[in-house]
Amino acid sequence: MHLQVSNVCKSFGRGSNAKLVLDQVSFSLESGDFKALVGSSGSGKSTVMRLIAGLDQPSSGVISMDGQPVRGPGSDRGMVFQKYSLYPWLTAAENVAFGMQLQGRSKQEVRERTSYFLDVVGLADSARRMPRELSGGMQQRVAIARALAAEPKLLLLDEPFGALDIQIRESMQEFLHELWRQTGLTALLITHDLEEALLLASEVHIMAPSPGRIVRTVKVDLDRRDMAHLRVSQPFLELREDLARSLRGLEPAGVR
Amino acid sequence: MDRRSWINEPWLLGAAGVAVVLILWSLITSTGAVDKLFLPSPAAVLSAGQQQAQAGLLWRDFTASVGRVFGGFALSAAVALPLGIAMGSNVVICRLLEPLMGLIRYMPAPAFIPLLIIYFGLGELPKVLLIFIGTVFFNTLMIMDAVKFVPRELIETALTLGGRGLPILTRVVTPYIAPQVLDAYRINMASAWNLVIVAELVAATEGLGKRISLAQRFLRTDEIFLGLIVVGLIGLAIDLSFRLLMRRTCSWAN
Repeated sequence: MHLQVSNVCKSFGRGSNAKLVLDQVSFSLESGDFKALVGSSGSGKSTVMRLIAGLDQPSSGVISMDGQPVRGPGSDRGMVFQKYSLYPWLTAAENVAFGMQLQGRSKQEVRERTSYFLDVVGLADSARRMPRELSGGMQQRVAIARALAAEPKLLLLDEPFGALDIQIRESMQEFLHELWRQTGLTALLITHDLEEALLLASEVHIMAPSPGRIVRTVKVDLDRRDMAHLRVSQPFLELREDLARSLRGLEPAGVR
Repeated sequence: MDRRSWINEPWLLGAAGVAVVLILWSLITSTGAVDKLFLPSPAAVLSAGQQQAQAGLLWRDFTASVGRVFGGFALSAAVALPLGIAMGSNVVICRLLEPLMGLIRYMPAPAFIPLLIIYFGLGELPKVLLIFIGTVFFNTLMIMDAVKFVPRELIETALTLGGRGLPILTRVVTPYIAPQVLDAYRINMASAWNLVIVAELVAATEGLGKRISLAQRFLRTDEIFLGLIVVGLIGLAIDLSFRLLMRRTCSWAN
């Protein structure tokens, strides 16, 4: 899998009302990568994700998967949203099965993969529970299982833990790291939380607002074997402080 | 246990409200203060009911009126569901039809009766069509509104899972709006009942509305009361059935 985002611009509105929300965004992603886009609200990071998912079209520039330009949404790019992520009338297992049924897989395959992926996210016991009976963290795990079960080449995570309490966030971050380590998935994470990005991603793009653009790219080479320790380790804290300073210093382009 | 816990029993208070009205009604009629031509006693209404039931009239009127309501409303519900979903999910269809529907919706359905009689005579068809005309626009517009409020994420999730067009409408939009659709049907069913009685007052050979207008001709207020009470009870039964259906099929939404 090779995702290439080249010189992508996006503006909303037309004529004199047009507002540029993305300016010349470029980056790429290879199989097995876990990368993150970090920025405040208005930095256009969610727009980037929607363009990659094919839910919107870029105004200029090209997004391509394995050389083919992205023209619309497809099951090769799975997505997990921050909220309203599960179908409230379906059980956890039916939610996981949903995408595979849309793809027209056989009943037996759907059944087997559903229980496999519920097991992967540690929710085999909750297969028959309704979303409202699950905690926020469990709901997001079901949403991740549903996305993975549809066999995407790339998993797009749009603030997946943004609505969760801080303690649950931390355990979900560890869960997601384990999942990435075990399944070798390819993921792009959108977050406003610098710590989350540094914990999970091997490369972090910092985005600035008005217009949204990538202003800094950092390779993150940290020992992730013990996450709880990593959060308070010296190299991690220094890197975070360094990046936090550059995030704080960001001004809209042309204002200074 | 709290001595006032019966206050929290919704059924009990509701029944008490009905009982108070019944008691007042029998007290007033038993004093003879009001001419029984204007206000018949509960016993008189009950015996009028027994007479009609024995003569087979009650059952015949009941089936005639209920049949019209269900026929017209089923037609209306069946047209409104796909049309409302189409209007709610497609901007072109919505812009095309919404002003037209908004206009027709404000034409009082009973005003169509003369036209329907000219077109279709005095049979069942004009009555069924009246109920259809009187409810289909409300049903459609309420369903359209429900579709517009389906969270975008639910649809986009399906798109990123490989979903397309029709399966998204049938497997995401329709189940999500099901509770609101049932509620719209429940509310608009009340207008269907209004309309069937109006249609029968104007032109019919049997039906609960027809029985009421015949009773007026012979000053049988007891039969008028009977008709009103029967119509009310049927309406209540339908309303409760819709609520029960909703609780059974859409438990996730409660």
